[in-house]
Formats: sequence, C-alpha cells, structure tokens
Amino acid sequence: MKKRLAVIISALMTLTLVFSLTACAPNKVADTSKPSVAKKKIGIVQIVEHPSLNTIRESLIKELQAKGFKDGENITIDYQNAQGDQTNLKTIAQKFASNKYDLIVAIATPSAQAVVNETKDIPILFSACTDPLGSGLVTNMEKPGANVTGTSDAVSAEKIMGLAKRITPDIKRIGAIYNSSETNSVSVINNLKDYAKKNNMSVVEATVTNSSDVQQSVTSLVGKVDAIFSPIDNTVASAMPVVTQVANKAKLPVYVGADSMVKDGGLATYGINYDVLGKETGDMAVEILNGKKAGDIPVKTMKDMDIYLNKSTAKEIGINFSDDVLKSATQVFGN
Amino acid sequence: MTFMVLQGSFELGIIYAIMALGVFISFRTLNMPDLSVDGSFVLGAAVSAVMSSNGHPFLSLGIAFLAGCGAGCITALLHTKLKIQPLLAGILTMLALYSLNLKVMGGRANIPLMNKATVFNVLEKTALGDYSKLIFSLAVLLLMLLLLFLFLNTRLGFVLRATGDNDHMVRALGVNTDSVILMGLALSNGLVALSGALIAQSQSFVDVGMGIGMVVIGLASVIIGEVVFGTKTLLRRLIAVVLGSILYRLIIAFALEIGMPPTDLKLVSAVIVALAMAMPIIKKRLSVVKRKLTVTHHERSK
Repeated sequence: MKKRLAVIISALMTLTLVFSLTACAPNKVADTSKPSVAKKKIGIVQIVEHPSLNTIRESLIKELQAKGFKDGENITIDYQNAQGDQTNLKTIAQKFASNKYDLIVAIATPSAQAVVNETKDIPILFSACTDPLGSGLVTNMEKPGANVTGTSDAVSAEKIMGLAKRITPDIKRIGAIYNSSETNSVSVINNLKDYAKKNNMSVVEATVTNSSDVQQSVTSLVGKVDAIFSPIDNTVASAMPVVTQVANKAKLPVYVGADSMVKDGGLATYGINYDVLGKETGDMAVEILNGKKAGDIPVKTMKDMDIYLNKSTAKEIGINFSDDVLKSATQVFGN
Repeated sequence: MTFMVLQGSFELGIIYAIMALGVFISFRTLNMPDLSVDGSFVLGAAVSAVMSSNGHPFLSLGIAFLAGCGAGCITALLHTKLKIQPLLAGILTMLALYSLNLKVMGGRANIPLMNKATVFNVLEKTALGDYSKLIFSLAVLLLMLLLLFLFLNTRLGFVLRATGDNDHMVRALGVNTDSVILMGLALSNGLVALSGALIAQSQSFVDVGMGIGMVVIGLASVIIGEVVFGTKTLLRRLIAVVLGSILYRLIIAFALEIGMPPTDLKLVSAVIVALAMAMPIIKKRLSVVKRKLTVTHHERSK
C-alpha cells in the first residue's frame, strides 16, 4: 500500500516537472529548409541571449535584406546560440566549418575566438568584440590579412566618466563591478583606472565570478563609493536588475557600458548604439558575399557614441538630468 | 559593516537557509551526497520567473517546490532502480537539468523580472515596506522549518532518519528503503527549488548559471551550523542549519569588506567544508597525541 502510494506520488511529481517543462517550452524555430545549391550559406553564432547581442543580430539580418540578401530566397541563415556554454561554441564552430559555409558571423568575443580556431579559409566576421587585438582575433586592425575581420564595440571609460561628471559632478570614489575573467571588461577597467589617476579619483573594485555573486558584491561597495561603474560585462549585464535594486536603495548612480544596461535600470551610458553596430556589420557581410576578401576589410571601431539615460532610475535616487544632458541623449528610458 | 550589508546578508542567509535545509536532508539524514542541487535550484528559479512573468508570483513558489520534488525523484530513481551511485546519479540529473532549465526559460539563458510582479514588490506596497524581503522570507523559512520538524518526528520521518544511519537494518524490518529515499530526495530538492524561486523573486532575474556551487554553499552552511551551534537535538540541528546559512553570508560579507577578491571565496568555502568534514579525525588525532604526551609525562615523573 505504502509502496503504491509512493509510486503514485512520485509519478505525480514527475508529471508536474514534465508539465512545467512542456508548458513553458517555446515554439521551436528550426531551420529545416534544405539549402539549394545556388544559395549562399551564412552561419551566425552567438554566445548568449542578451538584449545588446540580439539587437546586433536582428539589425544585421535586416541590413542584409535591405541590400538584397534575403533569408530563404538567395541565402540561408543558420543561427545558433550557445546559451552561455563554451563547449557548445566549439560544437557550433565545428559544424559551420565542416559544412563549408560561405560566411560565419560570430557575435561577442568568445564566439569569435571559437570560430577563428576552427577554420582558416571560410571568411569570419565578428561583431561586438571589445578588444580584437587583445583577444587574438586579428594582428592588425587596419589590414587584418587573413580570413577575419569585423566590428568592435570598444567603449571609452573616459567618455562615460565625462558624462558621469556632467550628471553628478561631486563623485570622487568609483566602485567598479565586473567579471575579471572577461577580457572585454578588464580593458575598459584599466582605462577607468588611468582616468581616475589623472583626475585624482579613486577606484574601488568588486569582481564577480557568477551572476549569483553580484548582489553581495554590489552591497559591499555601499558606503565606500559615490558612484558605481560597470563596463559591457556579460555577467553584470545578466544581473543588472539586482545591481539597480541595491544601488537605488543606497541612492548611488550606476554608470554602465551598454544601452541595454540602462534599459535594465542603469542611470546612464555614453556608449554604442548596437543597432548601428549591427548595420555596419551587415554592410561588411554584404561586401564579403559580393566577393571581397575578409582580410582586406579593416576592422571597424565605432566612432559615434550615443548617450542613453534612465529617467525612472534618476527619480528613484533623486537626481535631475539637466536640460543640456537631456538634449544630447539619443534615447531616454523610463518616465 | 554598514546596516545595508547586514540586512542584505540576513536576507540572503534566510533564503539560502531553505536550500541548506534541503541539503541537510540529503547529506545528513539520508547520508547521500546529492549533487542535483545545483540544477534543481535553477529549476525552481526558472519555473518561478516564468510564472511571475505571467502574473502568478505567489503560486509560482508552490509549483517551483513541486518541480524540484520531480527533479529529486529522478535522482532517486536513477539510484534505486538503475543502481547508479548516488554521486553520479546527482551529477546526471544536474547535467540534464541544465538543458531542461533552458527549456523552461524559453530558450533564453537569462530572464529579467524588471517591472514584473514579484512576491516582494507586491509586499513592499503593504505595511512591510523595506523589510518585506526579510519578513516574508523568514515566514516561509519558519513554516518550512516547522513542517520539517513535525515530519521528521513522525513514524515516516524516523524511518527516513534510520535509512540514512543503517539501511540494512531498516530493510530487515520490512521497510522499502527505495521509496523512503525517493521521498527524502524529493523533499530535499523541493526545498532547494523553493529557495531558488525566492532568490529569483528577490533579485528580479534568473540566470541559467546561477546554481553553480550551490551544493557547496548548502553544505558549508550545514557544517558551520553544526560546528558553531551543536547537534544535540533534532530541533537544535535544524536551527543550526539556518544560523549556519546566515553566518556563511556574514563571513562572505566580511571577506568582501576586508577587500578579499570574490574569486577566492569559492576556495575559502571549499577549505571550510573540508576542515569541518575532517573534524572527527582531527579531534581523534589530537586526543592520541595528548594521551601520548600525558603518558610520557607520567613515565618521566615516576
């Protein structure tokens, strides 16, 4: 009797589990169309789902369409997401290389590193790599030479801090929160330290290894700093809601590296417009599809940066944006 | 330490204590090292986040608990029916859950809950205000603690504890230990998933990698509690787990306070757990050394 009861209960619980899985399972969007011989095949690999990276992908595909390359008509796009897992990147890169795709687009540094190690002849186009030289993707920004080129999303800590000075002039101690294993963050943080030294500010660092560390790390900065700074850090970007929570409670402004992080509650950034970055990457893709060698196209660094502000956050921490700051903003989130 | 750091440590400590109670059931009462915790924690968080996005934050806590129970059942069945070692069974479930969690989250590795109704921002609008996290988490924790205490004092609860001590004896008494293990692991992972759900609600996001190292945190909490608060009675043991969890958070907050890089924290946790696990052996060795010293001292004085 007891045994039967246990079996029934366990069956019910397992059913609950299965139900919760199927109930929430997304509609599969699988690309099963058999590519015909004439169609060019493009593989897109992205490290993780995250608003900035998604924006790049979407605007890149839009740009290709605008220039006459339509998915399913004259090209086939195979989009793969590694869901934040490095091993998946390897598998995806191998798949792209062994199927002899005509072009591989790699979004974010880890994706690009995985693909570059996999093929030396298929053209590779990276996007959103903060430091292409330091990450070993190319040896020369002007003349990459081999089969690799792309667009960089390097932001300048100096520019962001310049904006911070305009909004909150009295800040002296900056709390830097980032994942020290992300090369893209480390280069920006070094840039921040140089800036701080020149402007006699101090930098208090709080590094994280995983999104579950973020809450305690940010809290540890409270009382020690006047503002919080985070570069385009994937770990911090994933945990942005909790950064905002803690900072708002402590009335600290949070200056970030990406527009998506402002949307998720950061106060302001002077950063990249990912829509434009994706469009630029799309234009390079068109050049390569039309027969240009990837190595002949210089790596592009974004020259124009945009200001993004978050009004809701400003209200929470009791800051008023001046009119000229508001005027210079490309987009203001919140109300 | 500022008041905010203290409050934050208590909030986290209380929520993670629910997870530590789950780890206590598998490791201490069932005597099974169950590593599925890393996966079931995220499972609870994912289920809760998806349901909260659709406007059911309170209901999601219960469903998260049940989903965790299901995950625990799978580990138990792998171990009891397929005779896979408990350690490996847990690892297999943890691995499988990574994919399942992504499925639950609709293929996204990260779900923000900004501007969505969560348990806490609903309660913040009530009289609880700023302390809603602390009070509600504490209420959930005390409820779980009470239910667990009552359950472990029933006949079935005694059988569960006995199974961990000596399953041969329990089997000889005609009890089916397989279903006892099934129930124990289901309960354990249910608590872990509930803790994950509360964490997701409290920090307003879920990340597929947020469960890494959870089992060690749970174990560290259990062991710190045992060392500091003792293991005399069952109630004391349960309360020790809770206090251990809070103490663990305070230790981490203190480590961050004195400027220790968080990258070293995992190493510190591992060392704490290893030392505490080795306590009995260390004590034994020490007593042998002591006895030798007293004996030699005795002989000399003759």
